[in-house]
Amino acid sequence: MATQHSRSAARLMMAPAVILLLGWMLVPLTMTLWFSFRRYLPLRGGDQGWVGFDNYVRFVSSSSFWPAVQTTLIIVGGVLVITVVFGILLALLLDQPMWGQGVVRILVIAPFFVMPTVSALVWKNIFMDPVNGLFAHLWKFFGATPVEWLSQASVQSIIMIVSWQWLPFATLILLTAVQSLDGEQLEASEMDGAKPLQRFGYIILPHLARAITIVVLIQTIFLLSIFAEIFVTTGGAFGTKTLSYLIFQRVLESQNIGLGSAGGIYAVILANIVAIFLMRIVGKNLDA
Amino acid sequence: MARAVTNNRKIINTAAAWAIGLLIFFPILWTILTSFKTEAQAINDPPLFLFFDWTLENYAVVQERSNYGRFLWNSIIIAGGSTLLGVAIAIPAAWSMAFVPSKRTKDILLWMLSTKMLPAVGVLYPIYLLFIKFGLLDSVIGLTIVLMLINLPIIVWMLYTYFREIPGEILEASRMDGASLRSEIIHVLTPMAIPGIASTLLLNFILAWNEAFWTLNLTAAQAAPLTAFIASYSSPEGLFYAKLSAASTMAILPILILGWFSQKQLVRGLTFGAVK
Amino acid sequence: MYLRHALRAATALSLIATGSAFADGHATTLTIATVNNGDMIRMQGLTDDFTEKTGHQVEWVTLEENVLRQRVTTDITTKGGAFDIMTIGMYETPIWGANGWLVPLDDLSAEYNVDDILPAMRAGLSHEGTLYAAPFYGESSMIMYRTDLMEQAGLEMPDAPTWQFIREAAAAMTDRDNEINGICLRGKAGWGEGGAFITVTANSFGARWFDEDWNAQFDQPEWKEALEFYVGMMTESGPPGYATNGFNENLSLFQQGKCGMWIDATVAASFVTNPNDSTVADKVGFALAPNSEGIEKKSNWLWAWALAIPAGTQKADAAKEFIEWATSTGYIELVAENEGWANVPPGARISLYEDPNYKDIPFAQKTLDSILAADPTNPTVKPVPYVGIQFVAIPEFAGIATEVSQEFSAAYAGQQSIDEALEKAQALTNDAMEAAGYR
Repeated sequence: MATQHSRSAARLMMAPAVILLLGWMLVPLTMTLWFSFRRYLPLRGGDQGWVGFDNYVRFVSSSSFWPAVQTTLIIVGGVLVITVVFGILLALLLDQPMWGQGVVRILVIAPFFVMPTVSALVWKNIFMDPVNGLFAHLWKFFGATPVEWLSQASVQSIIMIVSWQWLPFATLILLTAVQSLDGEQLEASEMDGAKPLQRFGYIILPHLARAITIVVLIQTIFLLSIFAEIFVTTGGAFGTKTLSYLIFQRVLESQNIGLGSAGGIYAVILANIVAIFLMRIVGKNLDA
Repeated sequence: MARAVTNNRKIINTAAAWAIGLLIFFPILWTILTSFKTEAQAINDPPLFLFFDWTLENYAVVQERSNYGRFLWNSIIIAGGSTLLGVAIAIPAAWSMAFVPSKRTKDILLWMLSTKMLPAVGVLYPIYLLFIKFGLLDSVIGLTIVLMLINLPIIVWMLYTYFREIPGEILEASRMDGASLRSEIIHVLTPMAIPGIASTLLLNFILAWNEAFWTLNLTAAQAAPLTAFIASYSSPEGLFYAKLSAASTMAILPILILGWFSQKQLVRGLTFGAVK
Repeated sequence: MYLRHALRAATALSLIATGSAFADGHATTLTIATVNNGDMIRMQGLTDDFTEKTGHQVEWVTLEENVLRQRVTTDITTKGGAFDIMTIGMYETPIWGANGWLVPLDDLSAEYNVDDILPAMRAGLSHEGTLYAAPFYGESSMIMYRTDLMEQAGLEMPDAPTWQFIREAAAAMTDRDNEINGICLRGKAGWGEGGAFITVTANSFGARWFDEDWNAQFDQPEWKEALEFYVGMMTESGPPGYATNGFNENLSLFQQGKCGMWIDATVAASFVTNPNDSTVADKVGFALAPNSEGIEKKSNWLWAWALAIPAGTQKADAAKEFIEWATSTGYIELVAENEGWANVPPGARISLYEDPNYKDIPFAQKTLDSILAADPTNPTVKPVPYVGIQFVAIPEFAGIATEVSQEFSAAYAGQQSIDEALEKAQALTNDAMEAAGYR
């Protein structure tokens, strides 16, 4: 249907977005790449010349590197599992007939509107503080010793905070998918005597595959770069240092731009590995 | 009999959904309640739920200490500006991807998304240096551009999934009638896509509103939005739960209200082509 | 009557007109970055006095300490020029001054009387004899303790106790059932938080960060002794979750009456004795920071929050006027008038401690004694190649010490042993020092 004319018009219309994003990606990336090969210490006289791959070697050989990669993957993976599983359950529940559905939906999506800094501050102080936090009061009420959330269950606490922020997003996308489910097919299977679990496994889950993929893709993009939640709650202590937090420490706390830039390049590589992995799956599902 | 069963089920559903909904909403509710307590009541053991001396003192203190109006205004301008600009740039791109797809359309789409994976901290210095060079530091314009670029991939993708759902035949018909490309977009496509565009606007307004790294690091006094406002309340000296709650409430309330009023639009917007 | 009104209106109008002309000609708007501590917030409230006197407007950028550091460091190293005045500390000032990034404050007016600044503060904010930042307030650290709990425990606080006594007293004061912890100390990761505290504690056990050839010293017995002592005491008598407690968390606990003792910044004295915020305001005593038995170095630090002008600002003259206003004796009097003498910014000026009005303040003398007892040029028992008590005045320190204190905090929380933490600290410090070219 597309003529030559409409093709070139299409290209022209795509141009602004593509060029802008290309610039937004390439200019900082090139500068980062350049810095990553320099000995660049702002507090020690600035740019001190070429050092080859020194920064790259040093960044990986630091004892914090592999734990940081691991923490990144655990946090991203943990949040994804929690939001997808609870998202599906919530979506199925919200799809059922009930009174006040609109209000419940409003309550459920509310956390999505809270800025990450605020939610980290509120969780850290008002809920998770081991002396004055609400959880501590609750634990004490039941005669238990309050949990020292951010030091003893630090990664879990961060996963919990981030999951709370992203659960609404997952729920909403999954809910729209659930709502488009073919009711007749479900009824038919019910007639055939399929148990709820079977119905879920054979009809609902396959139907949701595409929505789940999209939730995973979008959330991964945002979760790989979470920063405020860690900065506010633990400051990178207690094994919560992610790759982007490690880069922050190198660039801003140690004031070593070269080293931090090398870390930035590693983070881009990691993100792209994850992306390729994701796109393989998404690509398949997006065609379907 | 059957009716009774359904009614019973409806009651259970309702109870379960409300319980979970309230649980999820509770942290926000608690923050709002705490903002009306005195500092001593805020840490009272046992916690006080509704029966405390409601006070507006915290809001008065926060208002006296910082110019909330300006932070709010900057947030609105920056989030609104970046979203509108982004949508204006994204509509033609999404249109051409949806209706004149080529082999590389999907690659371009995924590549756009991948630009979001560059860790912001890693490129802080390059961007900061560029901002100094172009005199954009602490300016609303600079921040608007950056946030627009950050959210552009999401905007393009959302619009693309909407446009794809518009049946091609309608476009063909209008083309037969001799409509030009421009009028095709303006008069045929856009009206049909208005719900989609509206929800895209909403979602990206929220994302821009909540962005906390660039808005904090590229501003000083003139262009600082609500994220910077919050950064001055995070750990003041002494008891601060009530003041923190008041500042938090002030920072999230506008967007919360907007989100609630436009909930239906937003829900429709969040499909990302998930339903097909 | 009518005429009078008209006249008055006309005068008002002309005043507005001249006012704006004046603003165009001489007055500028200063952008000031500052930390959200109580004394600074008080200063914001009094800005009108400055505007009245000079005609300059002030825009405040008030940020939490960590965010502030991140923000001003980025701006100064890139010469961004986003701020006309920055609030910085004793750690940054000499390093930035040496790099030529700050405007020297060597031409302050005679009435400002720069010689009135406490010598220790002046020295810490200078590089090679030139002052680069004016102290807004200065602090050391000291013991704040509950006199009532001390009495209950049947003990008496000496003027200069040892760590051993403190540990004993803490155990005696602890009453877990009533949520009273014998001692509250910083354990939070971050070089300026728990890092600073454990460094001064280690100093008072005879430890040091580096030997004279810049080799890390975490493999030495003194560090192990200090850490084991600290963890042991906190396990016995500290609050739950002390590994995440910093200055502010401990202040809250103390104000709520949940701590028997608290060793921290001297400025906290005015907060814990303020009856508006503190439930124990009338039961607080003060003593010098402790040392370990047989070690002469005490565990007190020296710090100042100071105002500095980034080089390259167009508004250096107006900025200097502001600094002279904010760090002058006149400002101290202004605060005293509005908020009482207990709330004036302490630790910066000699004359404050000679003022008869201030002498009655219970913590004034101990604060001064603590400040005078701190010696940044000679901080440890064994010789060191660096200056600074709770920090090492080299650019790499902030990064290294933050990572080291993260390892320590993990040990406090029981996630690793003290030996493991020290081993990691030793390795990462030597590694970073090698990268920086010291070794």
